Amino acid sequence: MRQTEVLVIGGGPAGLSAALEAASLGCDVTLVDSDLALGGQLIKQTHKFFGSKEERAGTRGFKISEMLLEELHGYKDKIKVHTNCTATGYYKEDGVISCVIGEEKYFRIQAKKIVMATGAQERLLPFPKNHLPGVYGAGAVQTLMNVYGVAPGEKVIMVGAGNIGLIVSYQLMQAGVEIAGIVEAMDKIGGYWVHAAKIRRMGVPIYLRHTIKEAIGDQIVKGAVIQEINDKFQPTGTEIKIDADIICMAVGLTPTCEILWQAGCKMIYVPQLCGHVAQRDMNMRTSHPDIWVAGDAAGIEEASAAMVEGRIAGVGVAKSLGHGNASEQAKRLEDYKGRIADLRGGEVGQKICQGLKVCTVNQWEV
Amino acid sequence: MSEKTNDIIICRCEEITLGEIREWIAKGYETFDELKRVLRVGMGPCQGRGCREMILREIAAKTGKPVADIHPGTFRPPAKPVKLAVLAEGGDK
Repeated sequence: MRQTEVLVIGGGPAGLSAALEAASLGCDVTLVDSDLALGGQLIKQTHKFFGSKEERAGTRGFKISEMLLEELHGYKDKIKVHTNCTATGYYKEDGVISCVIGEEKYFRIQAKKIVMATGAQERLLPFPKNHLPGVYGAGAVQTLMNVYGVAPGEKVIMVGAGNIGLIVSYQLMQAGVEIAGIVEAMDKIGGYWVHAAKIRRMGVPIYLRHTIKEAIGDQIVKGAVIQEINDKFQPTGTEIKIDADIICMAVGLTPTCEILWQAGCKMIYVPQLCGHVAQRDMNMRTSHPDIWVAGDAAGIEEASAAMVEGRIAGVGVAKSLGHGNASEQAKRLEDYKGRIADLRGGEVGQKICQGLKVCTVNQWEV
Repeated sequence: MSEKTNDIIICRCEEITLGEIREWIAKGYETFDELKRVLRVGMGPCQGRGCREMILREIAAKTGKPVADIHPGTFRPPAKPVKLAVLAEGGDK
């Protein structure tokens, strides 16, 4: 059995930040990530971030990942990293976490404190022939294009006009791929106006109040039929047939919480945070006294917020282990809480704050 | 609902269609765990990461309950398949 003071599960923006923060206050940390490389979704984000200067607005996502990894390098004595390593279970009897590296190596690890930064998974839509090759999630399209430099196809129907749908559409066009249209079920564009405007200027139609009715094709995707819907999301008749070899789904994310459920953390369904999330206190501690949560696993938000949540969880963990002095911890927490409040100051942040009210407790009863 | 819609595969790991899920909801199997027991949805390699949400939304639509009130089922380790041989070795020290 391996031992560690702090186990951070997930090496994306939240997990890296939590590990760095905890280590900077003196914790010994083990960080596991199921992917081959650390950085989570940041490594495929070639666009410049919004948000605030402290959270590196104006910097491209993959550059932010490089900065975090450089910072990580400075803590090689304090943070032990395992990539290609999935935490598969939490065992309540003794609090042990099991992990597999690849498919052939297995270990158990006992941690005094755990930070769950497991991120999110993509939502799918059920429509006829959605199993055909050529139906992709937006995450996979970004991985192919931005990590491996492979264009997924020639002509794409994008489903979803949130920020991910808009940004990935624009990146596809930069890669020379045609966007046949963007389909959005709501009556307005969900993403930032600046992203939508760029796309509209390039002549791409955005079909509001439309949904994908079915994919067309036999062995592979040849196109799709889209259909107008009413405000109750019921089809109203008008259908449009669009030719394409790729249907890209960008219809949202939902928090990845299996291990939080396994550990018996109090969970609650919060639509503003896009699914079930763990209830937490102001420092991201769940109802389980040894488990913290941060990033998309705590509710779907932007990477900039995930990084600050990770920092808060990192301080929280260090504090509970008695690392660092009280005034330093308090100073950092105040700083991070101010920064995250700034990030949530806008219109999108209002929705997040409503959701957080529902799942945040002031303090867990001892 | 059209035949085409019923043929949509919801749980790809176990190849369970929307039609089968609707049939069992209509028989009164109105929770994720009950559907899991009769159909094996969510019991394949992805452990429900792909299908769980769609099934919960379908249960909500058919029963008229809000998604918030539908329990997503019991989560047990392992969250992804682990070979028995690897487990039998007991892991490293």
